[in-house]
Amino acid sequence: MSDESGSIFDGLIGGDSSQWAFGTDFEDPLAGVDTTVPDGVDHGELAGYCLMLGDDALIMSQRLSEWCSRAPDLEEDIALANMALDLLGQARLLLARAAAADPGVVPALPDGSPVPAEDALAFFREAEAFRNVRLAEVANGDFAHVVVRLLLFSAARLALLERLRGSADKVLAAVAAKGVKEVAYHRDWAGRWFLTLARGTDESHRRLVAALDALWPLQDELVATHPLERSLARAGVGVDPASTRDEVDAVLDQVFAVSGVDRPDRAPLAGVGGRTGRHGTHTEALSRLLAEMQVVARAHPSGRW
Amino acid sequence: MSGRDRAIEVAGQVRDPEMPMLTLADLGVLRGVEVRPDDDGEAVIVSITPTYTGCPAMATMRDDLVHRLNDAGFARVEVRVVLDPPWSSDWISERGRAALREAGLSPPGPAAHPAGPVMLTLGPPRPAPPCPRCGSAATRLTSEFGATACKALYRCTDCLEPFEHVKEI
Repeated sequence: MSDESGSIFDGLIGGDSSQWAFGTDFEDPLAGVDTTVPDGVDHGELAGYCLMLGDDALIMSQRLSEWCSRAPDLEEDIALANMALDLLGQARLLLARAAAADPGVVPALPDGSPVPAEDALAFFREAEAFRNVRLAEVANGDFAHVVVRLLLFSAARLALLERLRGSADKVLAAVAAKGVKEVAYHRDWAGRWFLTLARGTDESHRRLVAALDALWPLQDELVATHPLERSLARAGVGVDPASTRDEVDAVLDQVFAVSGVDRPDRAPLAGVGGRTGRHGTHTEALSRLLAEMQVVARAHPSGRW
Repeated sequence: MSGRDRAIEVAGQVRDPEMPMLTLADLGVLRGVEVRPDDDGEAVIVSITPTYTGCPAMATMRDDLVHRLNDAGFARVEVRVVLDPPWSSDWISERGRAALREAGLSPPGPAAHPAGPVMLTLGPPRPAPPCPRCGSAATRLTSEFGATACKALYRCTDCLEPFEHVKEI
């Protein structure tokens, strides 16, 4: 079809990008938002804390989005994609906040690259620079597995975001206030499916208990405290996850009780020399996840293809 | 009409890309329109807030606002994001709710805004809304998540039509 007069695709390049449903330009998700760091707060520490919360959301979002077209029915497929989108939105704001607090955390890209800071953080860091909990990164299993993972994850994240609404950092407080509303829907979805599978057939019950047993050792990391979290909690900016432990336990026990499932009796998965996901020590699953998530961006670091 | 009034009128007519029966003003995402004098005349600063954090329609809203205001003669338009306070479905105007019903969508009920812990809800998330097509109260939840982040899916067991319900947040 193409000849010297040009290709049929000519009209798609350049000109008015608003012809595209979602545009083609990068935009700043914090445009116009006051990103001043509160007095007395270390910029690098705030950035590191935002990476923890942002990476949890980003990696969980990636695992949920891998469910696209694979759920048992269309409604649940859409539900999982919606929850992935909510978490991706949270990740985008949190990574942008990390970069605004301390540009030093953003990987260097070629001069003139239009790739925004939050994308550079998502696509150009190595596994050991990610600060997410290991629960978010382990490979997907069956439908019961994603239900259990989402229940454990969202129970802890909701309790944390509830408290983070009072953060001295206005950006974190705003992200939390919005996130509470979203993650409440995620937790309810996971709780209802947990109950449904537990009280369903022998097979659904068996699969649910197996998933819970497999994921339980990773639950503790959600409510364990990293020194950075303790430091920022003291500064009134962050939340010590340990302060959410009772509330998280109460919610999980409520789900277990109505579902007729015993709380697992398995020890937390130890770190490596005491180091866990929050320290950048991950399972090999994260490297595989990142290989797939980052491959296109890394092939085009100048943001054009 | 002042430049500010005209800018407000133009921005107020821009429609939501995913629910085009609503203007951004009726949806409650349009949070402010300011006109400031600058070196070459006037610049318009429009503030919008996302319905959901990951809402992919934000970029389209921004582009639409810029284009409509450009068309109206405002050469310089800046679109800012407002994150605080977070959008609530309570902000959908009465006119917006009527437009949703007219288009066969079920408008949201009042949203809960707990300051403390959010209660776990394992039962139905809300009283079943009436069917926006036939008015029957015999409706059933199909899914809490729908074609866009802000909607749940229901089915009417009388007229058998599916419909969307704008979620309370």
